[in-house]
Amino acid sequence: MAKTDATPVLELTGIGKEFGAIRALHDVDMQVCPGEVVGLMGDNGAGKSTLVKIIAGNFRPTHGEIRFAGSTVHFNRPVDARAVGIEVVYQDLALSDNLTAAANVFLGRELKRKFGPIALLDHKAMAARALELFGELRSETRPDDLVKQMSGGQRQAVAIARTRLSNARLVMMDEPTAAISVRQVEQVLGLIHRLKEQGVAVMLISHRMPDVFAVCDRVIVMRRGEKRADKPIHETSPEEVTALITGAKEAA
Amino acid sequence: MMAMPMESPITFTNVGKIRWWQRGIFASQTGYVLLALAVLLVIMHFASPYFFTQGNMQNVAKNFSFIAIATLGVTFVIITGGIDLSVGSMMCFSAMITSMVMTELSTPGSPAGALFVHMAADGKTVLANVPGLILLVSIVAGLGVALIAGLVNGFCIAVLGLSPFVTTLGMLSIVRGLGYVVSNGRGSFPGGPDADYFYAATSGDVLGVPVPFIYLVILALAMAVVLHHTSFGRHVFALGGNEKAAELTGIPGVRVKIEVYVICALAAGLQGIIISGWLGSAPANMATSYELNVIAAAVIGGANLAGGIGGPLGAIVGCVLLEVIRNGLVLAQVSSYWQQTLVGVIIILAVLVDRIRSRMN
Repeated sequence: MAKTDATPVLELTGIGKEFGAIRALHDVDMQVCPGEVVGLMGDNGAGKSTLVKIIAGNFRPTHGEIRFAGSTVHFNRPVDARAVGIEVVYQDLALSDNLTAAANVFLGRELKRKFGPIALLDHKAMAARALELFGELRSETRPDDLVKQMSGGQRQAVAIARTRLSNARLVMMDEPTAAISVRQVEQVLGLIHRLKEQGVAVMLISHRMPDVFAVCDRVIVMRRGEKRADKPIHETSPEEVTALITGAKEAA
Repeated sequence: MMAMPMESPITFTNVGKIRWWQRGIFASQTGYVLLALAVLLVIMHFASPYFFTQGNMQNVAKNFSFIAIATLGVTFVIITGGIDLSVGSMMCFSAMITSMVMTELSTPGSPAGALFVHMAADGKTVLANVPGLILLVSIVAGLGVALIAGLVNGFCIAVLGLSPFVTTLGMLSIVRGLGYVVSNGRGSFPGGPDADYFYAATSGDVLGVPVPFIYLVILALAMAVVLHHTSFGRHVFALGGNEKAAELTGIPGVRVKIEVYVICALAAGLQGIIISGWLGSAPANMATSYELNVIAAAVIGGANLAGGIGGPLGAIVGCVLLEVIRNGLVLAQVSSYWQQTLVGVIIILAVLVDRIRSRMN
């Protein structure tokens, strides 16, 4: 990865978060560059989700600074983070089962046509754009199919297509491969490659070592609220990462 | 991964297209309840020579229109995964306020009356200053109280986070109680120079078609457009499908919820006003327990109480089915007390068939 010269899309310096007396995060520094896939690993309670929630605007950090594309940002609500171009693909995908794929992609930002004072949905345009996005992701997903009839991989594609619609510059994916079949995992990893090709930075939060090693350029390991390792993937090994997660190895 | 140039269109190798009979209306509860209704109509035709007469058809159309408008309203709420138990009381209260305001404004000498009416030369007949204005003001007043009750329901449920069941159960009692308070338990009657317009607008007919039925068709078409062709409608479905997801995607959940409860209350209010025109009065016990008929009709027509599914066609089909059964029992000279029992059986049957169907898929 030629990333040294590019401005990092996301830069965290000295991020810390305390909930009362509990220190959930302490002095976390990290950078993510455009087109880079970063794996975020750690055991339960290591601070991964707190970190993700800070970046997504759910929590405000107690200490530290967040810079997005070079400028300092303060997120009060998730909408603020989305406005600058940070999207989260949630573990449960946040899809409405009773709506079609296209409706889900455009949920909350529907395309409309004006008929005098009334704005009606532009079904055709939305279906066409959704098909285009699924094409870019090379996912075999029909825009008019209901989400409840879809496979896990297709559902991921719908959730990821949402992020493409807003031209997100950083996509955080929370355990995207946790509950789906092996074949679908392949599809999801393919989707991550598509995002990377288009210059989107991806943060992959996952417990699954093979997936992280398959798609990530870099891996960050969290333990007890601190960053214990931040290494290019080819300079480390699953064994070392496991040791870092469990604490058998303190830092690398 | 898949070696495929970006420009090539996607080919669907492994995903079969869903057959037409497995989607849309054909795969919905509304679809087969409609089928059941058609069968029932045929049976009725052979069972009773009076069923398909013009008079009886007009009667059926009128009767189901009397709950169908409120059913359209409650369907909105049910699609979001909520429930509104206050529709019956709301019908009564709106009707009562409408006829009380109408009577008050039509009384010469009352403070408000002076603006709206004057005495004819004979000193006895009351004439309207502007024909139809009293009617308009009183209907606006009736719908106004419904609007307020709907806003309170919506506020408690969407902003304070109370359960829809409990909130609207409370509202059922509050509104019914207020009806007794304002009327002293006696009910009220539409009166004054505009009363004839009122009866014409609520229980008259145009070219043999009952007026309530015309309102119903217009409102149902409007509802279909709103639900399927506006972003509001889409958000209503999204809230019912996965409320958490809807919030995460940034749709204004609180506003949409308040709006559906307001729509429901307004529909119930309008329905009550129409019923009072047919009854010729708004008694204090009017439309008691109608909320159960309304919700039953919506559920039979395919609205899912878990949220996410429902529509105007289903609401109407449910109402028609209930009315045809009632009408059929009357024509067959079966005791009308059986009606309620049968309605209960049909509710359970409709939901049961839906469950079996979704198991089979």
